Amino acid sequence: MPAIFTPSDTDRKRPHVDDGDHGSGRRPPFDDGLKRTGGGGDNDNWNDRPQGRRGPREKLERFRLGLFFALAGDLMFFVAIVSTFFVTKSSSHFDAYDHYINEWLPTAIPRILWINTAVLFLSSVTVEFARRRMFHQFDVMEEWFGLGKPTSRRALPWLAATIVLGFAFLAGQTVAWSQLDHQHVFLKTNPSSHFFYLITYTHAFHLLLGIAGLITAVTGLVVSKQIENRQILVDCAAWYWHSMGVLWLFLFILLAFFQ
Amino acid sequence: MTPQAPSPTHPASLLRRYLFTTDHHIIGLQYLTLSTVAVLIGAALSLLMRLHLIAPNLAIPGHGPILPEDYLALVTLHGTLMLFFVLTVAPQSGIGNLILPAQIGARRMAFPHLNAASLWITALALLTLLASTFVQGGAAISGWTAYPPLSAIASAGPGQGLGMDLWLASIALFAVATGMSSINTLTTVIRLRCDGMTWDRLPLTVWSWFTAALLSLIAFSVLSAALLLLLLDRHAQTTFFIPPGDLTSGLLRPASTHGNGSPLLWLHLFWFFGHPEVYIAILPGMGLTSMLLANFSHRRPFAYRAMIATTLLIGFLGILVWGHHMFVAGLNPFAGTAFSISTMAIALPSAAKVLSWLATTWRSRPHLTTPMLWALGFVSLFVTGGITGPILAQPILDQYLHNTFFVVAHFHLIMAMAGIFGLVAAVYYYFPLVTSRLLSETLGRWHFWLTIFFAYNTFLPMHFTGLLGEPRHYAQLTGIPNSAGPFLARTMSLQRHITWSAIGLALSQLPFVWNILATLHHGPVSPHNPWQSTTLEWHPALSPFAPRFPHEDQEKIVVFRPPCEYGPHQDAFMPQWQPDPASNEKPE
Repeated sequence: MPAIFTPSDTDRKRPHVDDGDHGSGRRPPFDDGLKRTGGGGDNDNWNDRPQGRRGPREKLERFRLGLFFALAGDLMFFVAIVSTFFVTKSSSHFDAYDHYINEWLPTAIPRILWINTAVLFLSSVTVEFARRRMFHQFDVMEEWFGLGKPTSRRALPWLAATIVLGFAFLAGQTVAWSQLDHQHVFLKTNPSSHFFYLITYTHAFHLLLGIAGLITAVTGLVVSKQIENRQILVDCAAWYWHSMGVLWLFLFILLAFFQ
Repeated sequence: MTPQAPSPTHPASLLRRYLFTTDHHIIGLQYLTLSTVAVLIGAALSLLMRLHLIAPNLAIPGHGPILPEDYLALVTLHGTLMLFFVLTVAPQSGIGNLILPAQIGARRMAFPHLNAASLWITALALLTLLASTFVQGGAAISGWTAYPPLSAIASAGPGQGLGMDLWLASIALFAVATGMSSINTLTTVIRLRCDGMTWDRLPLTVWSWFTAALLSLIAFSVLSAALLLLLLDRHAQTTFFIPPGDLTSGLLRPASTHGNGSPLLWLHLFWFFGHPEVYIAILPGMGLTSMLLANFSHRRPFAYRAMIATTLLIGFLGILVWGHHMFVAGLNPFAGTAFSISTMAIALPSAAKVLSWLATTWRSRPHLTTPMLWALGFVSLFVTGGITGPILAQPILDQYLHNTFFVVAHFHLIMAMAGIFGLVAAVYYYFPLVTSRLLSETLGRWHFWLTIFFAYNTFLPMHFTGLLGEPRHYAQLTGIPNSAGPFLARTMSLQRHITWSAIGLALSQLPFVWNILATLHHGPVSPHNPWQSTTLEWHPALSPFAPRFPHEDQEKIVVFRPPCEYGPHQDAFMPQWQPDPASNEKPE
């Protein structure tokens, strides 16, 4: 540890959360960035680190940021669909006899969607448990000291539960679609049914992507030796899953109350 | 540790190094290759259209005469290729990948694999689009804007069956790829800037790429939604865009289809994408122009912070003006007024940019090198093309002008020509960086003066034919019945002038091609940083294709000053990586 720090004129204005982490810039991030465990010793070279690698937190934040931009784009996709929903709902036309006609007939929401919503909410809770397990300070430090993979061991059941709940939600959606099928309500039936199916299908597709992400995360937990990579996998899968949950809440409210 | 006889690190095979690579420099060049293919085809198609307008009976060898539907397919392919695969891909993904990471002091993009994936999806999109010309019925004929019901009903015309489906698939792939690459760009700029590269020290080019990436993310997501709805209308009997009782090609939609569908809805969604798209195409050129003018005038760009602000403001206003494409589509007149105001508001930041460019160069005794000439050409075309913007922004004038060639002249000058001038400026400017050889200045000057002469001769007269009433998308201007006939016949001499100028414009690119081919292997070797540039892409440790030595990668890139700082003397310039003499930073 150098005795005197000479701040160069290009230093950050605010201290970074990992400054002085005494891990050579390689300590994996954990849930409390303020508490410092252990310390001192060699290699405190965070301020003099090699270019291009700014530690695991940098990598985590990079992937998180990328994911958030992707989700922002996705949000715009759904914003476009929801605005189309309102435009179509309030559009009308004149028929051959000069009657002003709005063809919109609200699609009755199958009851099971309420249960599905609850299931999806529950899955968000489980995935958040999994995510937090990956950053639990005690476990992270244990692994950092080379004592096995406690984070993975603890996060895995929660991830598995989320995958099961995700499939349960999709199964519930399938039930809802077949119920509507029996009532002869199809995608092509009415403007409102266009939107019911469009919104539920696109959301289900996004959820399938989310399940694929969760399965990737589980695989990563088993296969990957780098705790940082496992953290990133679980963290990104979880944030994606949360976003799809919140998105579903909005879409469900739209379908249930704004038709 | 002192490295003894360091050896360059090479990846395993040639194929991995030059084709399936995650190196952003190579990916940038691959994007530029895609764009070159697209621009060659797109330009050839435009020449066919021009020839057809002056000689309607001319038979194309191997094809025969150009039928009206062929002409519309030409319009569609030309627009799609140029807008998407040239003006979106080349400045943003091509030059962006090549230059952007180095300009922020990074050695890589944030997600190299995502980068490679988006390149290959873009390539697939281009192949899909080109393949659509070979299917039954040929390529789509509904223009790059694909208005329904023409685009929504397969029987609406030749090419509206499988050709249109392939068009939709191609653009959907393109939207996904562009979304991915903009995520990459945004994350790279936010996360991978080197030490000292604060936001207000970012070169204006980076600000432009950043803004354009933000716009891409927003706009292409909305386009994907619109494409999905159109696909459902075509194949799942929905009626998002098809009005009930629609009569297309003599076929009434069956009475069993109900709905509140409206083509206007597509127009809203499409132009919400389409207008930001033109800023995606032009913003990188604006950023590069600012930097080139400053560099060759040896001055800091006038009002640097204001230029950052206007870039962002143009981007922001750009997503609020889509309605000005719909003044004659049956838009509510009040909405028209709102869109008219927001559109004319864009004139403010645009004019501020032009004033900054002029103030930067004014009495600066600029070095009139070839890249500088092209940057000045950009300014010229931006002004000429932009000046008709506020005219078209007024609904009452647009009523008359919207469906005429006046609009064609407007967007070809400001977007197509200015965009291409920005690109060519980039090629001349960055050629020594990539190949370590200098392009011939003499050939470059010929190229510039011929191109700008023929560009103006091609596109300025289109204003006049438009004012005379020449409609867009008309395959033939002769033999029109009734009173329109004599009107359009009066434009024929101008039409011939435009066509010959367009051919001249195409031929003017030959010196450019010759210049590049001749210089690539036998040109004069360029000194390092031949333009005395101050930005980081000319940092010795960041040069794209210099052999990489392991220890070189360890060199720390630090930025000490904003870009474009010059001393009082002709040759004094201070690169961003040069420390202050008084600084206590140890030299590396």
